[in-house]
Amino acid sequence: MTGQTLIHLQDVSKRFVKGKDTITIFDHLGLSIPAGDFVAVMGPSGSGKTTLLNLLGGIDQPTEGSITFDGGRVDTLTEGQLARWRAHNVGFIFQFYNLMPTLSAARNVELPLLLTSFSRAERKRRVEAALSLVGLAERADHYPREMSGGQQQRVAIARALISDPKLLLCDEPTGDLDRTTADEILAMLRLLNQEMGKTIVMVTHDPEAAKYARRTLHLDKGRFTERELVA
Amino acid sequence: MRVFNEIAVVTTICIKSIPQRFWASFSTVVAVGLVVTVLLAFLAMAAGFQQTLRGTGTKDMAILMRAGSQAELNSGVTRDQARLIEEAPGVMKDADGKPLVSPELYVIVDGVKKTAVPADGNLKKAPRSNLTLRGLGPAGIAVRPGLKIVEGRAFKPGTNELMVGRALQKDFAGLNVGDTVKLGNSNWLVVGAFELGGSVFESELWADTPEVQDLFHRQNVFQSIRARLTGPDALKALSDYAANDPQLKLDVTTEADYYAQQASRTSDLIQKLGWPLAIAMAFGALAGALNTMYSSVAARAQEIATLRCIGFSGTSSFIGTLLESLVLALVGGIVGTLVTWVLFDGLTGSTLSGASFSQIVFTFHLTPAVAVQGIILALVVGLVGGVFPAWRAARIPIVEAYGTP
Repeated sequence: MTGQTLIHLQDVSKRFVKGKDTITIFDHLGLSIPAGDFVAVMGPSGSGKTTLLNLLGGIDQPTEGSITFDGGRVDTLTEGQLARWRAHNVGFIFQFYNLMPTLSAARNVELPLLLTSFSRAERKRRVEAALSLVGLAERADHYPREMSGGQQQRVAIARALISDPKLLLCDEPTGDLDRTTADEILAMLRLLNQEMGKTIVMVTHDPEAAKYARRTLHLDKGRFTERELVA
Repeated sequence: MRVFNEIAVVTTICIKSIPQRFWASFSTVVAVGLVVTVLLAFLAMAAGFQQTLRGTGTKDMAILMRAGSQAELNSGVTRDQARLIEEAPGVMKDADGKPLVSPELYVIVDGVKKTAVPADGNLKKAPRSNLTLRGLGPAGIAVRPGLKIVEGRAFKPGTNELMVGRALQKDFAGLNVGDTVKLGNSNWLVVGAFELGGSVFESELWADTPEVQDLFHRQNVFQSIRARLTGPDALKALSDYAANDPQLKLDVTTEADYYAQQASRTSDLIQKLGWPLAIAMAFGALAGALNTMYSSVAARAQEIATLRCIGFSGTSSFIGTLLESLVLALVGGIVGTLVTWVLFDGLTGSTLSGASFSQIVFTFHLTPAVAVQGIILALVVGLVGGVFPAWRAARIPIVEAYGTP
């Protein structure tokens, strides 16, 4: 169930200067992602997948063009404004989970809530609910090193969800997992999209993973080459 | 509250991750600890030295020396001047009505530190250190009411007998009761040991003034006059008396003030040696701290980037990293303080006093004020060593921290 445009990239260019060379990643790229969409982005290494995710998540800025989110410009925000914007609107899920190794699962999940004004009791309640949602309520006090890859990724999903963001950005979320565990994680993402209406953009190399998305965008040399709708 | 939550969690992450960089963190702690130990050893020496000199003399004892001489060694007082002081106002008298005035002689002799005694025990071959031999007038003991003879007895007037300060006896060889000591060209018999409140007098040898004058060819000359005062106003009366008599060109001060002035001169010198050395070493420790903290930031780059992705501010990364550096430095400071306390506090040493050119035996004293200076130096190293890496942690672009173009 998709709705109004959540993210819109208009004429976005991204260039890097490396020594004497200027490397162009995107040249006047356009993209619209409606709210409630689940998009898989595929493409060879160096095609710009991760750069696209960074631009969508406000952790990188375009050289030219504009990015709007829910009708508001993101590319003009300052560093501090972007940090607050991310805290409220974006959940990140990484290939290698990026959990804090010195914090328990519950404390890792709680991190985004520390940026809110919720009381300690409210934070605790929400953390328990998020961990229950990903099936890890009983692992709340465990540290990342005490958990499997799949469990760690579920903790990362709970962390991404805890502040109820509209957008989830996933960078190869199953790249480090076996097939069975990967399917569990992908099914969970699909559930979040279908039941909770989360807009998901997922970068992946895995065609099987892409099948869980509503549509797949193929990126090559900074351009979308093909759009494929998945049932 | 939000900001505190942010900072608290980032600091927790930083501190808890220290064991992951154990050896780098350990070397920083050791380097800072070493700097603090060196500094505190000097400062404890200065404090102990100062305490010894400041504990010497009382407010009710006047010391009179030649005008402008500043120290006993440079002073000269005649027998006539001593007689005039005996008749001065403000001077206390004993039960028999005799003034408590002691003209004293101050002679530099030499002795051998116990640590310098050669293996064969032959003191003649050992390196010598300067010692103070004080000739006391007949009232010399009576003017010092705190004196305790802890072994043997007092010297008899008119003999080559010596009393030895307890601190000196512990630190120097051949000064036991019954030993014969050669001072100048004559032999002296040690007949007693005394204590005097841990003061600088315990680093001296005492003998009868006429004997010292005779054997060191100093007839009719003294270095100072001690006079016991009748009360708080007596010093002024005595000063006025000396100022109004053209024969008495003497500086008058209390013994307490005299030694306090001597103390600050020498302890200032010790501190002037200690601080530059410690600061030079601190630069080495600073390099270590910077290295450790930069590697800490590098090791936590992904964690920092993830937190910033989530929405944490650069400020929390800055403060968390800075606090990690300060914690390491503080641990180093505490370790350094403890090492100094174990190795040096209470240790007896002796050094050449700048004012008297003779050895003064003192005890290293690690006072709380001294320890605080060591901790402050450690925290300065931690602060400077942490601020640049912390700045990097706060400012590094997230994309760069993740290592993606």
